[in-house]
Amino acid sequence: MASFYDEIAANKRNSYFLMAIVFALVAAMVYAFSSMFFYGSDVAFYASLAFAAVYIAVTYFFADKLILSLAGAREAQKGEFPYLVNVVEGLSMAAGVPAPKIYVVDDPGLNAFATGISPDKASVVFTTGLLSSMNRAELEGVAAHEISHIKNYDSKMATLVVIMVGLMALISDFGLRSMFWGKRGGGRSGKGEGVIALFSLLIIILAPILAQVVRLALSRQREYLADATGAQLTRYPEGLASALEKIKKIGAAVQNASETTASLYFANPLTVGQLFSTHPPIDERISRLRAM
Amino acid sequence: MIETILLVFAVLLLVALVFAGLTYNSLVSKRAQIDNAWSQIDVQLKRRFDLVPNLVETVKGYAKHEKSVFENVTKARSAIAGAQGLADKAQAENMLSSTLKSLFAVAENYPQLKANENFKMLQEELAGIENKIAYSRQFYNDTVLSYNTAIQTVPTNLIAGAFGFVMREFFKAEETERQNVKVQF
Repeated sequence: MASFYDEIAANKRNSYFLMAIVFALVAAMVYAFSSMFFYGSDVAFYASLAFAAVYIAVTYFFADKLILSLAGAREAQKGEFPYLVNVVEGLSMAAGVPAPKIYVVDDPGLNAFATGISPDKASVVFTTGLLSSMNRAELEGVAAHEISHIKNYDSKMATLVVIMVGLMALISDFGLRSMFWGKRGGGRSGKGEGVIALFSLLIIILAPILAQVVRLALSRQREYLADATGAQLTRYPEGLASALEKIKKIGAAVQNASETTASLYFANPLTVGQLFSTHPPIDERISRLRAM
Repeated sequence: MIETILLVFAVLLLVALVFAGLTYNSLVSKRAQIDNAWSQIDVQLKRRFDLVPNLVETVKGYAKHEKSVFENVTKARSAIAGAQGLADKAQAENMLSSTLKSLFAVAENYPQLKANENFKMLQEELAGIENKIAYSRQFYNDTVLSYNTAIQTVPTNLIAGAFGFVMREFFKAEETERQNVKVQF
């Protein structure tokens, strides 16, 4: 029987491993790109890396506002949602993080998400569907799960990974298109060049696909971690398990969710097969919680 | 040859010093977190303290004759204000907790009071504060756990011992609070 401490430790290890894979894939792609088009010139490699860094930084700082406006969220006032505000504030204290801004979305689907690059700039969002169907223990479980995402810097990690994957898709796209247009003038001897070119081509095609699979595996891992950390906060895993049972029955589909925002939600708002799902299967989440 | 040995020794010494420095800082940091967590509990206790008069007045408006209940609450509140030392204060806070429970139990007999918007709001506020008191105590215990574990595990315990970092106590429930609550009407 895995305690939530064990679950947390295991999840953190897996996450670092997956992140390392993504970083490696990005580096491989940048290398492949620069070797294909600039004959492995050092300047080109560093320039590409610099461009990647700038792209990542800029997108990173604006991701937050974009996500909130995409969801159509409004701020939750204490007068309208006193219990919700108290619960979120209380659990933030248990987690040792500043209380996030609280938002509500008018949607019948049962769901919630957390966003923000760091705990002091974070927000949590709940659907009105969720607020009206959950009892106290269940709502606390969901809120604890969301606050755990904030505490574990999951949004930061997810944003970084999404940006890197997007960047890889960009490079891949550009690389593949240029290949059929560009002239590859002479200059270097032909032997090694052919092998490098083929290898680079393989990387450019396969890396983005692999990165997507890794991104989704990482997202699922962080969901388990948030479940375990949430249980640690409330010391009552059954609350969360019960909430998941309800969601399983009624459904978590949310109108404004898209591929990009899916991984941030409490339960998968889209219907997809397992390898390409941002969330672990609900039954597995419930059984892990009940085993704690 | 001797130069290589000296160089290796110097590097090892540097690494050891850096490790010692980082570990010391981390222990200081954890200790500060404990003190902060303790103060956070006090913040919530103070909020409860400040909320009580408003609550008493609202209930009095409907249940004027329940004199003993109001007196107990007021007495408990004064005891908190006058408490000397941590043990006294803790006991006074516990007294306030139980007198407030009696107050709400009494309020159950007055349906008009229960329907009053102000009372409902105060009740929710108080429930929220009680939860926050519990959560902040829980967090305090988490910080103590982290610190105590650090100063006992190898190799951090070497630094901890050398600089006088001692174990801290967990927040514990009173023995009376451990027993199950008897509901009597």
